[in-house]
Amino acid sequence: MTATLEVRNLRTHFFTRAGVVKAVDDVSFSVERGQVLGLVGESGSGKSVTGFSIIGLIDPPGRLAGGSILYQGRDLAKLDERDMRHLRGNRIAMIFQDPMMTLNPVLRIDTQMIEAVQAHIKTSKAEARTRARDALGMVGIPSPEERLNSYPHQFSGGMRQRVAIAIALLHNPDLLIADEPTTALDVTIQAQILAEVQKLATDHGTALLWITHDLSVIAGLADRIAVMYAGRVVETGEAADVLDRPAHPYTHGLIGSVPSRNKRGDRLAQIPGMTPSLLSLPAGCAFRGRCAHASTACEQEPPVAEPTAGHAVRCFHPIQGAPA
Amino acid sequence: MFTWLLRRLFQACFVVLAMTIIVFIGVHVIGNPVDILISPEADQAERAKIIAEMGLDRPLWQQYAYFLGGALHGDLGRSFVFNEPALKLIGGRMPATLELAVTAVLMSMCFGIPLGLYAGLKPNGILGRVIMSGSILGFSLPSFWVGLMLIMTFAVQLGWLPSTGRGETAEILGVRWSFLTWDGLRHMAMPALNLSLYNISLVLRLTRAGVRETLPMDYIKFARAKGLSPARVIFVHVLKNIMIPVVTVLGLELGTTIAFAVVTESVFAWPGMGKLIIDSINVLDRPVIVAYLMMIVLIFITINLVVDILYTVLDPRVRLETKA
Ligand SMILES: Nc1ncnc2c1ncn2[C@@H]1O[C@H](COP(=O)(O)OP(=O)(O)OP(=O)(O)O)[C@@H](O)[C@H]1O
Ligand code: SF4
Ligand SMILES: [Mg+2]
Repeated sequence: MTATLEVRNLRTHFFTRAGVVKAVDDVSFSVERGQVLGLVGESGSGKSVTGFSIIGLIDPPGRLAGGSILYQGRDLAKLDERDMRHLRGNRIAMIFQDPMMTLNPVLRIDTQMIEAVQAHIKTSKAEARTRARDALGMVGIPSPEERLNSYPHQFSGGMRQRVAIAIALLHNPDLLIADEPTTALDVTIQAQILAEVQKLATDHGTALLWITHDLSVIAGLADRIAVMYAGRVVETGEAADVLDRPAHPYTHGLIGSVPSRNKRGDRLAQIPGMTPSLLSLPAGCAFRGRCAHASTACEQEPPVAEPTAGHAVRCFHPIQGAPA
Repeated sequence: MFTWLLRRLFQACFVVLAMTIIVFIGVHVIGNPVDILISPEADQAERAKIIAEMGLDRPLWQQYAYFLGGALHGDLGRSFVFNEPALKLIGGRMPATLELAVTAVLMSMCFGIPLGLYAGLKPNGILGRVIMSGSILGFSLPSFWVGLMLIMTFAVQLGWLPSTGRGETAEILGVRWSFLTWDGLRHMAMPALNLSLYNISLVLRLTRAGVRETLPMDYIKFARAKGLSPARVIFVHVLKNIMIPVVTVLGLELGTTIAFAVVTESVFAWPGMGKLIIDSINVLDRPVIVAYLMMIVLIFITINLVVDILYTVLDPRVRLETKA
């Protein structure tokens, strides 16, 4: 069976005046039907750009500079805009990071939902409205019929994100890209939405690409995890492998900085240093300046090692054995 | 909403009252009509008689009280020159000015919005740059000079359009309008274009700025992620956001356009209020000047009120606040 999504050697570069920003540089991963892939990394590591590349919404000065994005075997990178539009919001949907900004402030919810229905199904307005109402009900919005007549500013952040999720799920997509949809929300609502999206995804066999900078959010959710650093995937594998036996020093550090994994009273472990500027990446491993295991070998491009089958690490000195 | 309206009306009355005082005193400062209106041959007794007839022998405050008393009954005095009620005189000329100004404002939307949209969507294209440079000319070229150039080109050289007067008119509800006949429209074309040039530039720049500001918004990206057509994204999602400032500014500009029609009406001998006021100032026909200025004040206040109401209708976020 072909994977719902298989990203191979994807490169997305921004050709800015200051230079070429290699926001995504040689990224590969795949997501199977009904599976959840957690894409983890610090701010600026290229997670959102990866998501937008898949759904075909990279605007100039950015463009796909290489690689392929296979959706059920078809390469989206080669698809023309028309065909891509038929997939967008229909077979491939996306939820954005900031719920306060994803809905158009001057259009009513029903307008924004009906157009989303009618973009992909030839149907009457009344029919589309019914679908929209049912979708709102499904994501747990009380009295959806009345809420359809509201404007976005009449909803709380959590409710807005539910509306956005309802819109994304209108056509039961095969692939859902969730770009940190819960970071802007408080913890209880975060957990609710997380559980709901996961349920909806498993019910429909949707492949889920869950983007986050917080490992603890996806620890219980993801089947597989891909860790991104400075535009590259530095470690991928089964969630259990990556979480329990992290092999890349960066993943190791990330797990160390998740509060629940620290003993009480311990100081939170932090990865020292900052993400390097993508404009002036050092040659070799980009994590070199922050890595406790760095050697002169790391000035070369690190090879991909596989400590166990299906667990890949881009590092000269992968950490072996004990969990963080 | 109701108390808000009441407060606005009360404010409006106060503004009108204040304006009567300023206008009345101002007009008395600019000159004494007696010197112009009474023939130099008239003897002393005749002079005194006419002065008394016009009420000019009384102290200023009495003249003002008399004027105010009349104004409350809708009587702004009789023209010294035409010996007709000033209000009737202005009322008779108003339709010509109104249709010219409204046409000019409509034209500025018809030209300004599409040009601004184009310049906003293609900011680096040659045409986009040409449009922006052109708008600077629209702001800075003096209106009378452009008017003369228009006449030179389209009336004198090409002979396509008539250069003076209103042309044929047709009557609705006892008022004569030029826009109802083909000949009238041909007469209106040049003066309306002349009058709208500034507003075209204004609308164009507002629209372009709005497009540039709206396009990078998350909700536009989300609209695209739903799979909407580019036309739907631009004409519904982008344009609806831009229409709020454009309509507001343009509404407010209507008052200015009416007031500035003076120049255009003089150049094209368009028999509107502006032409009348220039003639009246030349002979110091005080009642007409005062009535005209009062009329302009009233028009400004009405337009401001209407625009405020329109603004709340257009922008759902404002609507809620006024209700609260
Ligand atoms: N339009 C653009 N022009 C230039 N550079 C860009 C553009 N968009 C993104 N980038 C760069 O791409 C890099 C990756 O950005 P991205 O938004 O994917 O990060 P992220 O991992 O999603 O971070 P966050 O957790 O903050 O959302 C950033 O360094 C950013 O500067
Ligand atoms: S390649 Fe070297 S610098 Fe990079 S993470 Fe591995 S050990 Fe550290
Ligand atoms: Mg992001």
